[in-house]
Amino acid sequence: MNTQLKTNNEPVRAAQKKATVEVAPEQIRYANLLLYGSWAGIATLLITFALYMTGIMPSYVDPSQMQYYWGMKASEYLSTAQVPHGWGWLKMVGYGDFITLLGIAWLGILTILGYFILLPAYMKKKDGIYSTIVVLEILVLILAASGILKVGGH
Amino acid sequence: MLESIISKADFVLVSAASSPVANNISTSMQAASGSPGTPWWVWPLALFVVTFILGILAVLAGVGGGVLFVPIVSSFFPFGLDFVRGAGLIVALAGALAAGPGLLKANLANLRLALPVALIASTFSIIGAFLGLALPTNITQIAMGITIMLISALFIFSKNREYPEVPAQDGLSKMLNLKGSYYEASAGKTVDWKVWKTPQSFLLFCVIGLIAGMFGLGAGWANVPVLNLLMGTPLKIAVGSSKFLLSITDTSAAWVYLNQGAVIPIIAVPSVLGIMFGSLVGVRLLAGAKPKFVRYLVIVMLMFAGLSSLLKGLKIWG
Repeated sequence: MNTQLKTNNEPVRAAQKKATVEVAPEQIRYANLLLYGSWAGIATLLITFALYMTGIMPSYVDPSQMQYYWGMKASEYLSTAQVPHGWGWLKMVGYGDFITLLGIAWLGILTILGYFILLPAYMKKKDGIYSTIVVLEILVLILAASGILKVGGH
Repeated sequence: MLESIISKADFVLVSAASSPVANNISTSMQAASGSPGTPWWVWPLALFVVTFILGILAVLAGVGGGVLFVPIVSSFFPFGLDFVRGAGLIVALAGALAAGPGLLKANLANLRLALPVALIASTFSIIGAFLGLALPTNITQIAMGITIMLISALFIFSKNREYPEVPAQDGLSKMLNLKGSYYEASAGKTVDWKVWKTPQSFLLFCVIGLIAGMFGLGAGWANVPVLNLLMGTPLKIAVGSSKFLLSITDTSAAWVYLNQGAVIPIIAVPSVLGIMFGSLVGVRLLAGAKPKFVRYLVIVMLMFAGLSSLLKGLKIWG
């Protein structure tokens, strides 16, 4: 009888133990941002790339001409095709090849937005170390995204 | 008079066309086109097909798509290494972002563990990205070839442990409160974990970030052994946190590549879509697949791609 009871209670106990593993609310909010944001970014990539490849949008460098550039070094491509570096491409989103970069940039911005969700949560908990880590990471990501840093020639 | 002007203009045009600058541009454009006889659209289409297969293989072999993408695409496609590495980072980033929500909600990716590691790895991945873009291509190819062959060896010899034993937390681990718990469905129990050897591991993450940014390889191949074998996190936490970490590490390096013009849609977009769709198919095939065979196949492919990169860098082949 006892054994029977034990067996019957196993799933209940397992469920109770499962319920004790708590996920922090900020972690859930971050997860939701990634869930909707990443798929929105990938859908944007798909749509804008179709606009570029089908010629529905005009291109700065036609897809058929890219074969003359895709074997180069990036710096060589920028100078030969006269493509702007940094955020200069934003002024050219009227072209199919540059509007596609919007989806890629969005994927890059998602993590920064996620850290802005985490910061108030750690500050509210008065978790000084993790608040500092989050602020430093935001600064690192913004520095990388800013385009201020440049590659030296060789 | 008119004839003299026309003849002078003609001379200027001929000189310009035969100038070193024009020759350089013409030569580099011809070289860049890869196989002149192949219609241009074959390459993006082939890239989609190959990355679709890589996406399936990556899931079946339990490795990241990024680590397969860069060596294989740079070996067999006529694309410049900068663009392949830029696309590799976007591929790894998109995969990590898509996997992140499930891992975070199940507490398999732990923020307390991931955030300090991500800060170190992402800072060093920026340095790696600049190094990779600044170095001459052949030097990068040699370094990448050696790295990829070492990664293949790591795949052969590294034996992860499901629940490593951690006798006690070190000072840094205690200070950062690096511990947690998750529900292990297969065992029907909650697993508590903590980490140790934190300072040594953080040093290794500097190197991992540097390599990830330099070669655009993703970094799951290195994150998992360090988190699991050195720090002592359970394997599921190591895999989950590593995948989530990539979304941060690769973001910083990807921004550098994007800002330096090394991300071009005609290479990056078919690659991202190919790997994503391939991964979805791979997950469905996983139940009936022979993972051991696929893993060995992937290791052989990586070794070959690594050797090819090394020989290209040494100008012996390709």
